[in-house]
Amino acid sequence: MDRDATADVNAPHSMGTTIIGVTYNGGVILGADSRTSTGLYVANRASDKITQLTDNVYICRSGSAADSQIVSDYVRYFLHQHTIQLGQPATVKVAANLVRLLSYNNKNMLQTGIIVGGWDKYEGGKIYGIPLGGTILEQPFAIGGSGSSYLYGFFDQAWKEGMTKDEAEQLVVKAVSLAIARDGASGGVVRTVTINSEGVTRNFYPGDTLPLWHDEVEAHDSLLDILNASNPEPMST
Amino acid sequence: MQMTTIIQMSKQTVNTSKLENPHSVLQPKISLLFYHFSDLKFLPIVSPLHKLYLKMSNEAMDVPKTGFSFDLCRRNEMLTKKGLKSPGYLKTGTTIVGLIFENGVILGADTRATEGPIVADKNCEKIHYMAPNIYCCGAGTAADTEAVTDNISSQLKLHRYHTGRESRVVTALTLLKSHLFRYQGHVSAALVLGGVDVTGPHLHTIYPHGSTDTLPFATMGSGSLAAMAIFESEYREGLTRDEGVNLVTKAICSGIFNDLGSGSNVDVCVIEKGKKEYLRNHLTPNPRTYISSKGYTFSKKTEVLLTKITPLKELVDVVPVGGDAMEE
Repeated sequence: MDRDATADVNAPHSMGTTIIGVTYNGGVILGADSRTSTGLYVANRASDKITQLTDNVYICRSGSAADSQIVSDYVRYFLHQHTIQLGQPATVKVAANLVRLLSYNNKNMLQTGIIVGGWDKYEGGKIYGIPLGGTILEQPFAIGGSGSSYLYGFFDQAWKEGMTKDEAEQLVVKAVSLAIARDGASGGVVRTVTINSEGVTRNFYPGDTLPLWHDEVEAHDSLLDILNASNPEPMST
Repeated sequence: MQMTTIIQMSKQTVNTSKLENPHSVLQPKISLLFYHFSDLKFLPIVSPLHKLYLKMSNEAMDVPKTGFSFDLCRRNEMLTKKGLKSPGYLKTGTTIVGLIFENGVILGADTRATEGPIVADKNCEKIHYMAPNIYCCGAGTAADTEAVTDNISSQLKLHRYHTGRESRVVTALTLLKSHLFRYQGHVSAALVLGGVDVTGPHLHTIYPHGSTDTLPFATMGSGSLAAMAIFESEYREGLTRDEGVNLVTKAICSGIFNDLGSGSNVDVCVIEKGKKEYLRNHLTPNPRTYISSKGYTFSKKTEVLLTKITPLKELVDVVPVGGDAMEE
């Protein structure tokens, strides 16, 4: 087991991941975990999978870290050109379609699932899911990544049309923490980005602020630290 | 039997000039059709050499191709399947680390280079110079890390001449990640890039497939797990220079003593705003033991039997002829 873990340090960097995007009345909320793994080793336990494309459009990345970073860099570059040519902020639909064109036309070489979310003055808050292969789907909410398998049923039950901002944020945080509890490839902290007409707000929920689910135990300091602090003698069998 | 098989295979090598755009592997993996929104024209973009690649695919191959040639990869795969053991690369087994302290960045590395199970170099340099304010530690295939850091280092120098400004860490990052992504992981270089520029101290990790992470402390290489254990237990924000150097040294030592692919000495590089210190062999915890205190003497030298000097004999006697010898 140890050999396998270290041998995989050179494996492609992939984001096990749970990513979510939901619309609410007034905007969208994007949420993600923060674990990036290479094989069985966690390469980055505090990564930021929600990347900015423009002031009003953000994307959640999943799948191969390299592929999704490159796609987001190209789309950011194209969107910037487009904004200059258009003379106004790009719409979410345009951003999503640029991502879709790259994903679809290079489907044999790329392995990345992306959720595009943002707010523009024509359509308001919109979420587009672009899974492997390059399909584009406009949805009221989208989930992606390996942890999303555990959330389909949850969203069928918990999703409601026309939630407020706080309700939607609580839903996203709850969903990501449920996925983290069950999916080995997701973990770390929960990051959310709220986009509406007023602007963009980033939030960060470290592990100890998340609710505990079935069979989960509260985190506490290591027993070794506690014992050593009070009693400097070494432990004896 | 095997020799003849090899010869036959080489005869069957595909004539790449007939292939449709053989440079597709060399182009950025994303071949783009950019929709021009006002009039829906297709514009092939991305690589400024795109037109050149297309042109070259249509002409005969008299100009040598640039970049890595993947032609022999299929042959090598076939041979390995048949049981031929390919030569091991010189890898840097390696523990490389970086951390951000209050005034800048500290990079650390071990100094062992391995070739399979053998230590090829006991004191190699894994912290590569990129710019006066940027250094890069490299793990993976030694040739790849050297070549890629040298290449990007000269690109950065040209960029400095072009812009007249100090290089930024994100520039080096983007150049490295684009290069590595283009080669789809075949350039086996895992890097820890650190430096201080006008925007502040930066530390990044770059993986062979081209993905990057930005972190306050990072480890890479086969000894990364051992070193990360040290960092996770003892790193805090706002370390002083000495605390930072000690922590980096401790993390590298952890890699040296607990990982078989890392060993020998500790190199440290401290980069602060406006100055840098490259501490080569900052710690040598593996001196050669059992050195004979007397030193080595070789008492029995080559014996001198005879000393005789014989001047060289002239074989040809030059007799000056009357008149000008040079004239016809």
